[in-house]
Amino acid sequence: MKKGSIKKYLLCILGIILSIIWISPFYLVLVNSFKTKKELFTSTLGFPKKMLFSNYKQAASDLKLGESFVNSVLICIISISIIIIFSSMAAYALQRVKRKSSTIIFLGFIAAMLIPFQSVMIPLVAEFGKIKMLNSAGIVFMYLGFGCSLAIFLYHGALKGIPSSLDEAALIDGCDRFRTFWLIIFPMLKPATVTVIVLDMMWIWNDYLLPSLVINKEGMRTLPLMIFYFFGQYTRQWNLAMAGLTIAILPVLIFYFLAQKQIVKGIVSGAVKQ
Amino acid sequence: MGRGVKMNRSKKPKKREMWYWLFLIPSIAALLFVVIIPFLVGIYYSLTNWDGVNPTKFIGFINYKSLIGDQLFWNAIIFTAKYAFVFIIIINIMGLGLAMLVTRVIPGKNLMRTAFYLPNLIGGLILGFIWNFIFVDVFQTIAEKTGIAWFNGWLSTTNTGFWGIVIITAWQMAGYVMIIYIAYIENVPMELIEAAQIDGASPWQQFKNIIFPLIMPAFTINLFITLSNSFKIFDQNLSLTKGAPGNTTQMITLNIYQTAFSQDHMALGQAKAVIMFIIIAVISIAQVYYTKNKEVEQ
Repeated sequence: MKKGSIKKYLLCILGIILSIIWISPFYLVLVNSFKTKKELFTSTLGFPKKMLFSNYKQAASDLKLGESFVNSVLICIISISIIIIFSSMAAYALQRVKRKSSTIIFLGFIAAMLIPFQSVMIPLVAEFGKIKMLNSAGIVFMYLGFGCSLAIFLYHGALKGIPSSLDEAALIDGCDRFRTFWLIIFPMLKPATVTVIVLDMMWIWNDYLLPSLVINKEGMRTLPLMIFYFFGQYTRQWNLAMAGLTIAILPVLIFYFLAQKQIVKGIVSGAVKQ
Repeated sequence: MGRGVKMNRSKKPKKREMWYWLFLIPSIAALLFVVIIPFLVGIYYSLTNWDGVNPTKFIGFINYKSLIGDQLFWNAIIFTAKYAFVFIIIINIMGLGLAMLVTRVIPGKNLMRTAFYLPNLIGGLILGFIWNFIFVDVFQTIAEKTGIAWFNGWLSTTNTGFWGIVIITAWQMAGYVMIIYIAYIENVPMELIEAAQIDGASPWQQFKNIIFPLIMPAFTINLFITLSNSFKIFDQNLSLTKGAPGNTTQMITLNIYQTAFSQDHMALGQAKAVIMFIIIAVISIAQVYYTKNKEVEQ
């Protein structure tokens, strides 16, 4: 018994040490974001002697924080809403109507997941440029195109667990398909919806490459794009750069601590079903 | 009479047809215009002299032939393959080790899970910048203070650039791999382990003979997710090394990006992109076959 508890303590200590190593990069970013340039060079590892908030003021104004944050939030919310609305409807049609065309279309969506983004990005940007769609509307449509396959797959799996006798009862009562789906079926798909929100939020919020090709214009840039320019500007002024990075990390951390359970569940079901 | 019945019958499917296609059209349109058509057009473009300016002419396989002598491209492929090999081994050992640790009954295991998963939430671009600071500035400080030469000159050589990318992506994705292992480890029935303990099995025997066979599916999932991910890595490469020194730490995606958007060789970049697709497709098809065979065996 005693041997077991010693082992438990050792494992616990190992876990604590590893956890500290794991979050130490965030510690370094945070403490150095409050230092002056000089203090950062003389003591990189320690606490700041005086909390210097002016770094944040400078970083927020250089990142055009108000604008880029709103851009990021809007693109994230609109894209995810559209992915959820159209993917759940498509999955419903494909799962409920059993015939050959459904199977073929479903397999088409799944097969498209094989194609990596980098294999289509060059012609995609060229074609959308020709029809003047390199803008916010264009990027939302692109996120639907890249995101619908996985979402349809997840909804399709969830729909199998909802008996179609429910639909039939509603249809007999005079509900049309549209209302049957939105009023009766869609609320029952909530777990799948949460999974889609979690996976797509982490993807779209953090995405750099697609926005850099599509909305890399004054006034349209998202937070990752601004961070990219900002960091290039301040590679010699680490204290400012660290304040900028802290600003970029903070929303994600808040989101994580609010929705940790759902995030972990979403990751597992997303990965296992792929 | 007979005709009337027939008409009714043909009317009904038509009504069904309407909602069916209305529900499907937005997603199909998006997939077609964003993925399928650019993909097919891309294959055609890779067989032309397309540069975005001059009129496009069909030139056959000339782009692909010129890739044979493209030292930078081969360098990127070899660098990426080497990275994938090292990364997959390290990430699976780390992920499994962390999962074994935090599935034990120890105090604070939920906080530990949170800590290990944290980096995976943040975008590769930002993580790359954070580690850029650590490798360049913090390591330099440690080297000066302790005099340990190992901390000197990170990211200034190909080798440290390589290990830099390995360290940052392993740190980022170990938590993800861990979560998938945890999901399977927690499904291992406790009775099995208790029975083995009563029979006097050592911890290693318990792991080898009971836990590992039961978490084999997690191993397969993680293996293929990490394998295909390591060929798609872009952000971390861009923000950590940008290919420096001298393009020797350039991975496939960064090479494609620079060929197309920095040098304006759109057709050549697209030929490289098609080759990248083939690599990813082979990995994914191998996974499907492997998983199907396993399912048959069980």
